[in-house]
Amino acid sequence: MLAALQPILAEAAEATEHAEEVHHAAAPFVHRWVWLAAAIPAISFFVILLFGKRLPRKGAESGLIAVGFAWVLAVWAAIEWIGGDGHAVHESVRWFTIGGGKDIEAGTFVDGLTVMMLVVVTSISLLVHVYSLEYLRGDRRYTYYYAALSLFTASMLLLVVADNLLQLLVGWELVGVCSFMLIGHWWEERPNSNAALKAFLTTRTGDIGLILGVVTLFFAAGTFDIESINGMALNGEITHLMLLAAASLLLLGVAGKSAQFPLHIWLPDAMAGPTPVSALIHAATMVVAGVYLVARTYGVFFEGFSIEDGGINPLALAGGVTLVIAAALAFVQNDIKKVLAYSTVSQLGYMVAALGVGAWTAGVFHLFTHAFFKALLFLGAGSVSHAAHHTFDMREMGGLRKYMPRTFVTFWIGTLALAGIPVLAGFWSKDEILNGALEGDYQTILVLGLVGAFMTAAYMGRCVYMTFYGEYRGHGHPHESPGLITWPLMILAVPSLLIGLINAPGILWFNDWVVFHVAGAPEFHLEHHDFNVVLAGLSTLIAVAGLAVATWIYYLQRAPKGLIQRNPAVRGLHTFLEQKYYLDHIFVTGVAGGTAGPVARGVYWINQRVIDGVVNGVGVVTQRAFAPFTYDVLDQRGVDGAYNGLAAVTGAAGGALRKIQTGFVQRYALFLFAAVVAGGAVLALTN
Amino acid sequence: MYVNQYLILAAALFSIGVYGVLARRHAVLVLMSVELMLNAVNINLVAFSSAIQDVSGQVFALFVITIAAAEVGVGLAIVLLIYRNMASPNLDRVHEMKG
Amino acid sequence: MGPQNVAFGIIAAAMVLAALRVVTTRNVVHAALYLVVVLAGVAGIYVLLAAEFVAWAQVLVYIGAILVLLLFGIMLTRAPLRPSTELDNDQRWAAAVVALGVLGLFVGLLVDAFGDEQFEPETATSAGDVGEWIFSVFVIPFEVVSMLLLAALIGAVVIARRDD
Repeated sequence: MLAALQPILAEAAEATEHAEEVHHAAAPFVHRWVWLAAAIPAISFFVILLFGKRLPRKGAESGLIAVGFAWVLAVWAAIEWIGGDGHAVHESVRWFTIGGGKDIEAGTFVDGLTVMMLVVVTSISLLVHVYSLEYLRGDRRYTYYYAALSLFTASMLLLVVADNLLQLLVGWELVGVCSFMLIGHWWEERPNSNAALKAFLTTRTGDIGLILGVVTLFFAAGTFDIESINGMALNGEITHLMLLAAASLLLLGVAGKSAQFPLHIWLPDAMAGPTPVSALIHAATMVVAGVYLVARTYGVFFEGFSIEDGGINPLALAGGVTLVIAAALAFVQNDIKKVLAYSTVSQLGYMVAALGVGAWTAGVFHLFTHAFFKALLFLGAGSVSHAAHHTFDMREMGGLRKYMPRTFVTFWIGTLALAGIPVLAGFWSKDEILNGALEGDYQTILVLGLVGAFMTAAYMGRCVYMTFYGEYRGHGHPHESPGLITWPLMILAVPSLLIGLINAPGILWFNDWVVFHVAGAPEFHLEHHDFNVVLAGLSTLIAVAGLAVATWIYYLQRAPKGLIQRNPAVRGLHTFLEQKYYLDHIFVTGVAGGTAGPVARGVYWINQRVIDGVVNGVGVVTQRAFAPFTYDVLDQRGVDGAYNGLAAVTGAAGGALRKIQTGFVQRYALFLFAAVVAGGAVLALTN
Repeated sequence: MYVNQYLILAAALFSIGVYGVLARRHAVLVLMSVELMLNAVNINLVAFSSAIQDVSGQVFALFVITIAAAEVGVGLAIVLLIYRNMASPNLDRVHEMKG
Repeated sequence: MGPQNVAFGIIAAAMVLAALRVVTTRNVVHAALYLVVVLAGVAGIYVLLAAEFVAWAQVLVYIGAILVLLLFGIMLTRAPLRPSTELDNDQRWAAAVVALGVLGLFVGLLVDAFGDEQFEPETATSAGDVGEWIFSVFVIPFEVVSMLLLAALIGAVVIARRDD
């Protein structure tokens, strides 16, 4: 098989080299040194770990400076990219060589997608660092928290700038470890450490598929380099079967990390971690790593799943199912963070579905806008909790708009953005996804997307009304949060309001800046669809309808009272949703328990009844039929006589030889060496 | 220089080590003799490495040194245990496997 | 008779004599000290063979670490620090015969195989050369040996631990 790979290897190497030569000459400085953005927070991690406790602000300053530096680099890279010629910059060095002469490289790849992710990750991380100064003030493990934040930022940036799948895998695993560390930040309470374990194990399950997928691609393409793999996939140099296999396996990893059904179960539990962590990792950055992976290696998915054919494909199916199922679950949550968590799962479903229908730019754009308004919503939830007696249960909130005006306004902005109200960020990105589904001949996804939009508006409305309106039902003394918390909220409100406009029809800047372009397959373009006013109007109407329903039920309190208690069908549905579709039961009792219990019992029954039955039966037959003669004549006299005699001889010989076993090890060694000498002499003399 | 001069030196060391392993009573002295044998092997490896200009021999010698270090560590732990249980470091008191 | 051969002669003689004293001396600590002579001699042999890195490693690891370990072992087992008659066991004469047999076997085979072959060590192998081989061709044995050291470390601790 390796021989067959040789021509492919040679061609890939040539193509990459040529591409590198062309781009190297004109590449701006910051794009060649972008790895610094990942290295500086990594250094900060070690600094905080070693010196953090002795620093005046306990390590927070190191984290802030490092992320600030990375943010500056990211913005600079973005400016250079926007003003540049649109050629990706690919830097790499030889890392090590494996047997067979294949070089494994490490490097960076900078294009529009990379730059966008850099800006998102560093911006949100910087705001979270600032927010945490107040939110975790006096915390029991303040220093380690900032160390973990630095490590996470470094790992995520490493993942984002990676030019080959191996490096991406390293970053992927590292962010998983950081997520585990940060979810279990208050691990003294058992539910928190359980949640951290659940997150880690679930994503690990998905990672099986990821690793197998990466290996499959390596054997299919002969390289880990992403650009080469995309080129080969689009040029038809890899068989469709291999691409399908690789895409399916990678999808498993994406499902784990980006919480697609049925591996989404970890994300709501991950809310056990501190709220800034939820904002950074489980809303804006880590969970989108799966979406990023698909976007990066889109050539593989596009060809492997035959996305341009329309109808249905695994990617779109996963996204579509997830977005609806998670949105349904958001309705029955009383914990504000869990509502937002399910909302995140649902929005991730949108992104994956977008990529599944061929709307690459739409999916990536939704990733971009979602990061801002979802982080805003999470940080807002943190602000609410921080000021209202540290609870997240919405049943103990209410009427908070009087006490927390800034949080109230920014939270509304985030909600409207998420619901997809026009002009705000979410509207443009979500609408592009629906448009892509329509134009790409994916009617099922379109319907699911519209249903999801209705549900999104409805559950977010419920959330806002329960939290901020009505009378205060809690025990604390609510007040507005201090500046370090409210300033990040206000800063995030600006992009939530306006950033959608950079891709509004007529402007379309984002479309120009972030393009899926593969140097090895220059004719490949993903279609851009024109703005569809009818669809936009329809989705807006649906979103408004969702908000109206929420208003009717929760603000005006006009819903039929006690419906859940009275009507068995409604109660059944409510319980079904509250139990999260019994998925946790299925996984724990069904999969794990089923293997331990019923399967084991079943096998034991087979062993006892069937196998032992046969054996016993043969024994009984033998005993009745053949026993007497065999016993008396053959056994007692003949065989036993011979055996007894043999045993006696052996016993006597053993007794004699036993004297050699003195128990004295050096005696044994003596015999050993003597035998070696004798044997060696014999061999030497006979040759 | 002759190849044999190194090899015969190694053989001499090895034989002396063999004598030590077989004839010495104190456990630590036996360990020392084992070290003699290992060094003899190392001399062989490095001599051949130099003779045929192949670095592998030296790499192997390094591995042998490492493994010898590990072996002495564990061996001394065992000697300590014997000493604790038998109140004497002499190996001829250890004959639990007799018969 | 070049200087190298003279050096070899001196070192070899010293080594063999010291080794003989290791296995025949009646004082345990003296045995350890004679072992130092042998180990240093081995390092000298390595230098003569132009294997400088291995020589350095020999000095560091064997004399610096292993010998110290052996001295600790002597101390912890309360070995008689004065000359003692009890250091050789009953089978010493049989052992001597076997050892002579081993020596004879080896010398015979070696003389028969290599006879008068000669060589000159040409270039000194630097640490870089050795390192390059270790970390590329022999990287897997290297990793395995690391794990072995870890296992030996843990094993030694577990074995020697007091049970209370």
